Amino acid sequence: MIRFEGVTKRYADTSGTDRGDGSVAVDDLTLEAPTGKITVLVGPSGCGKTTTLRMVNRMITPTSGTISIDGRDTASLDVAELRRGIGYVIQHAGLFPHRTVLDNVTTVPRLLGTDKRTARSRAMELIERVGLDPAMARRYPAQLSGGQQQRVGVARALAADPPVMLMDEPFSAVDPVVREQLQNEFLRLQSDLGKTILFVTHDIDEAVKLGDQVAVLRVGGVLAQLDSPAKLLADPVDDFVAGFVGRDRGYRALSFAAAPELSLTDEPTVALGASADDVRAIGTPWVLCVGDAGEPLGWVRAAAVESEVTRTVLHRGGTVASTTGSLRALLDAALSSPSGRGVVADDDGRLVGTVRAAEVIAAIEARRDAVASSTPAEEATAR
Amino acid sequence: MTWALDHIGDIMSRAGQHAWLAGLPLVLGLVIALPLGWLAARRPRMRAVLLTTTGLLYTIPSLALFILLPPLLGTKILDPVNVIVAMTVYTVALLTRTVADGLLSVDGSTQQAAIAMGYGSFARFRAVDLPLAVPVIAAGLRVAAVSNVSIVSVASLIGISQLGYFLTDGYARSFPTEVWVGIVACLLLALVFDLVIQVVSRVLTPWTRTVAA
Ligand SMILES: Nc1ncnc2c1ncn2[C@@H]1O[C@H](COP(=O)(O)OP(=O)(O)OP(=O)(O)O)[C@@H](O)[C@H]1O
Ligand SMILES: [Mg+2]
Repeated sequence: MIRFEGVTKRYADTSGTDRGDGSVAVDDLTLEAPTGKITVLVGPSGCGKTTTLRMVNRMITPTSGTISIDGRDTASLDVAELRRGIGYVIQHAGLFPHRTVLDNVTTVPRLLGTDKRTARSRAMELIERVGLDPAMARRYPAQLSGGQQQRVGVARALAADPPVMLMDEPFSAVDPVVREQLQNEFLRLQSDLGKTILFVTHDIDEAVKLGDQVAVLRVGGVLAQLDSPAKLLADPVDDFVAGFVGRDRGYRALSFAAAPELSLTDEPTVALGASADDVRAIGTPWVLCVGDAGEPLGWVRAAAVESEVTRTVLHRGGTVASTTGSLRALLDAALSSPSGRGVVADDDGRLVGTVRAAEVIAAIEARRDAVASSTPAEEATAR
Repeated sequence: MTWALDHIGDIMSRAGQHAWLAGLPLVLGLVIALPLGWLAARRPRMRAVLLTTTGLLYTIPSLALFILLPPLLGTKILDPVNVIVAMTVYTVALLTRTVADGLLSVDGSTQQAAIAMGYGSFARFRAVDLPLAVPVIAAGLRVAAVSNVSIVSVASLIGISQLGYFLTDGYARSFPTEVWVGIVACLLLALVFDLVIQVVSRVLTPWTRTVAA
């Protein structure tokens, strides 16, 4: 557990002469990052996220307050030892350009005195684990794409198996597709490793997706709200947080609500190769086509089928929700379906039935009423 | 041409002397400039003082230095040590700035990463900053090498044996061939230095060749 207690960082006025108290980057921060969980620090540029992170491994010394890791005040520890025990993923990867990927990853184990062979074999494992081709181990950082460099940065931070990780916008320098891939891999890795992570981002979507808890900071380094992602979206404490969390927070909050047991409607289906007559016999303008294993393939517009159902006539715009997914996925399936009937599949991907948007909305409202009556006190304070 | 062939033994031995007088100070100067440049790179105040002082050293005329050093060092005027010391001073003058520039050219996030990983300041200098500064330092060394080769020839005026002898002797005897031989020999020597520095620099910086690929 990383614990901040009344931590303030005031940078000396660089102009030097005037006797102002300098700029406050972090203001009286009290925060706990629980063991084995991801705590995300999010906020606009310049709100003190990097400063907060760097005070943990003492790259920056707090002006006042204490930071402790598992109850031990970091100020009392040997600084090199402290840093070697904390994995740090720096903004923009910060790889050593003169070292190969492999030698970048072995840096901290080598500093800790692990022999070269052991360090290297463990590094190779990690390189594969973060999703890199082992052949890349011999390359120099300049020979990698931005996303690959970020992966090496993560592998390097993990190399000495530190219990605590500090990650400063580790996925910011890549395109949205690669970012999402990296985020998913990161979550998978974390579910295996269970590190205590302090993760910095300025992207609220990333914060909400990755964080077990999210700390929103405002400029001037003041903690505005610390809550679970669902709570943050449902219940921003003030206008700043509400504005920062964004407009479609009501919809996004549904991500955190498990799909309820709805009574799904049975959907008549056709297989690939079904004749035009078979399709029209069903009698609805849109007909669902399923594969051999019962997996939904796409919708067919009955009027558009000339002789038989082929893959080319399938409409693929509709998303498929899972029975174990979120309310958001369920609603999206209904909204994106050309027939207005959202496709729901089980965990193995087999069609279970369909649901209409109105039914999902009804479920959302029922859920809200249930929450309101069970915790009236909480509702009252939120107003 | 025949003159050069007839005197090849003499030319080679003077070239050897010349290489020694220009080359050893290059190494000594680098060894001294490394800590100075490191200090200059780390402390902005020191930087101003160090770079101005070392820059001024380079403006002392070489002949003056060759004559001033013996009483300072307690050496004889003909002692080659005077030349070695003088050339080391010039090398330091040129390289302190280069080393500082090279160290300052290292990317900030690379340095931050090194600090975050728990490198001490000397270990970081040796393992991260210095290797990354090699291309810049090598460029400075090439300038210093050429400068040394040319300044050393002045030492023939105080009677120290090296390739400059052919310039003064040829001039005194009004024998242009000998002057030309001196010039070409100096040029070739400077080229050899340049080549050696480039090769060493390439060997030390395998990563720089991968970028273009
Ligand atoms: N060395 C420094 N000297 C003076 N002020 C600084 C220094 N480092 C940061 N600051 C100031 O402290 C504040 C917080 O900076 P910090 O780098 O922590 O922000 P950040 O939240 O990480 O921003 P970003 O999202 O842009 O990375 C900023 O106003 C910045 O100008
Ligand atoms: Mg930052």
